[in-house]
Amino acid sequence: MILFGYRVPMMASLIVWCVIWEVVGRSGALFLIPPLSSVLVAAFAMVQTATWQSAALVTLHSFSVGMALAILVGIALGVLMGRFKAVDDLFGIWVNIFVSAPLSALVPVLMILFGIGETTVIVTVFLFAVWIIVLDTRAGIQHVPNSLIEMGRSYGASPFALYGKIVLLAALPEILAGIRLGLVRGVKGVVIGQLLVSIIGYGELFELYSRSFDMENFWALTIILFAAAMLMSAAIEHVEKKVDYYAGVR
Amino acid sequence: MAHLAVAEAAIPASETVVAVRGICKRYSEVEALRLIDLDFPRGKLTTLLGPSGCGKTTLLKIIAGLIAASSGEVRVNGKPVTGPGPERAFVFQDFALMPWATVMRNVAFGLELQGMGKAERQSIARNYIAEVGLTGFEDKYPHELSGGMRQRVGLARAFAVNAEVLLLDEPFSAVDEQNRRKFQEDLLRLVDKERKTFIFVTHSIEEAVYVSDRIVLLSRRPGRVSQIIEPRIDRTASPDAIRRDQGYLDTVEEIWQGLKHYVD
Ligand SMILES: Nc1ncnc2c1ncn2[C@@H]1O[C@H](COP(=O)(O)OP(=O)(O)O)[C@@H](O)[C@H]1O
Ligand SMILES: [Mg+2]
Repeated sequence: MILFGYRVPMMASLIVWCVIWEVVGRSGALFLIPPLSSVLVAAFAMVQTATWQSAALVTLHSFSVGMALAILVGIALGVLMGRFKAVDDLFGIWVNIFVSAPLSALVPVLMILFGIGETTVIVTVFLFAVWIIVLDTRAGIQHVPNSLIEMGRSYGASPFALYGKIVLLAALPEILAGIRLGLVRGVKGVVIGQLLVSIIGYGELFELYSRSFDMENFWALTIILFAAAMLMSAAIEHVEKKVDYYAGVR
Repeated sequence: MAHLAVAEAAIPASETVVAVRGICKRYSEVEALRLIDLDFPRGKLTTLLGPSGCGKTTLLKIIAGLIAASSGEVRVNGKPVTGPGPERAFVFQDFALMPWATVMRNVAFGLELQGMGKAERQSIARNYIAEVGLTGFEDKYPHELSGGMRQRVGLARAFAVNAEVLLLDEPFSAVDEQNRRKFQEDLLRLVDKERKTFIFVTHSIEEAVYVSDRIVLLSRRPGRVSQIIEPRIDRTASPDAIRRDQGYLDTVEEIWQGLKHYVD
């Protein structure tokens, strides 16, 4: 960011917004926005409560299971679509519809199918995350240089070695990008799923705090969630940078 | 013409390793190769030379078993080719190195795929890394190397699997001119030392004459064999002497005359 000819680091703009939040909160103009400082105090107190910890564990569990399934299925389907035209023709239209469809609308249907419980949340995470992983994996596979594949074949690679030692690694930058985007969508999925099911984990807490207009705790919950999502995405991005570095020249 | 021996007349009766019989190749619309018949003698470096798009890469990959011919047959040591095999190794025009693997792993990769143990394959790879002049670069990644050095890695990988036949598709085309000459000299040294059969593709007449025992001239698409030339050059002379040698210059001129009408 450039301001009055000076380079201002990203952190600086974040601090500006924090200050604005604090000022608006202290002025008391908006009932929905308490000062940032009291939100942070609330967050600090909240993470020490058993209620939050068990809610976080339940949430983390649904999220991890849903994401693990999304990554496995997403990569497998993406590889098949990238390599075989028939599979691509068969699934392409659905993947492209679902990747941009308003999936939240499906959650009530999922509730009918999977009951009002964790299974529905896991399926929601899966459905939110899987499509972008499929698409990015497919793109990665299609961009693997043909000569690398011919190299593997000419030096006698079995189909298994060809994928394990060459194709998947060559597509790794795109696959990781897909997983990173999938993670962010998965966080959305776990919150929306829990909100709509509304009796477990983070969703239950959101419901509780917003119903009682406990805004400090409500925002504290939100900030923790955002921070967790950003941390995960930053961690993957870090790995991506490393991989891109090695994949710089093919 | 004292330095040239044209076609069948002068081919010594040596043993054929790779026999190409009646190879034709069509890509849906394009006829790339028409009825290619060729014998590649053991221990010789044979060059496929022809204008861009005449089917040199196609023919080399058919011999490698990487693509199927539309008709015809390739035999290696009398056995029909149905796919890639350990007696043939390929050097790719764009190097085809794995960017995530070190020079050591890339060079040893053919052996790794064969299931050879790590210590054994690394000691073989180290030997060929030295042979192509890359000692000290074992732990570097491809993006840390120049184009010429990357192709040396590709060459070392092909030598490491100890194949009888080496197939090289314009290996020096992405290498700058100074390094290219050095590379050609190194290749000749390795050809002499390794006693293998080389099939070499290039579109550079000078390069072909400099490195080849035999030159197969291919006509413009659809590729056919138009002429076979054996440059008679004293390879014991220094590289610079060879490049000034009258036989060398005459052969270059002879081939240029033969190819010229394709360019017009
Ligand atoms: N996979 C392919 N599909 C269609 N046409 C191809 C394919 N590969 C090569 N060709 C065509 O076949 C001809 C010969 O190609 P190639 O063997 O690469 O020539 P060279 O290596 O001599 O330049 C060219 O005209 C090229 O366009
Ligand atoms: Mg070519």
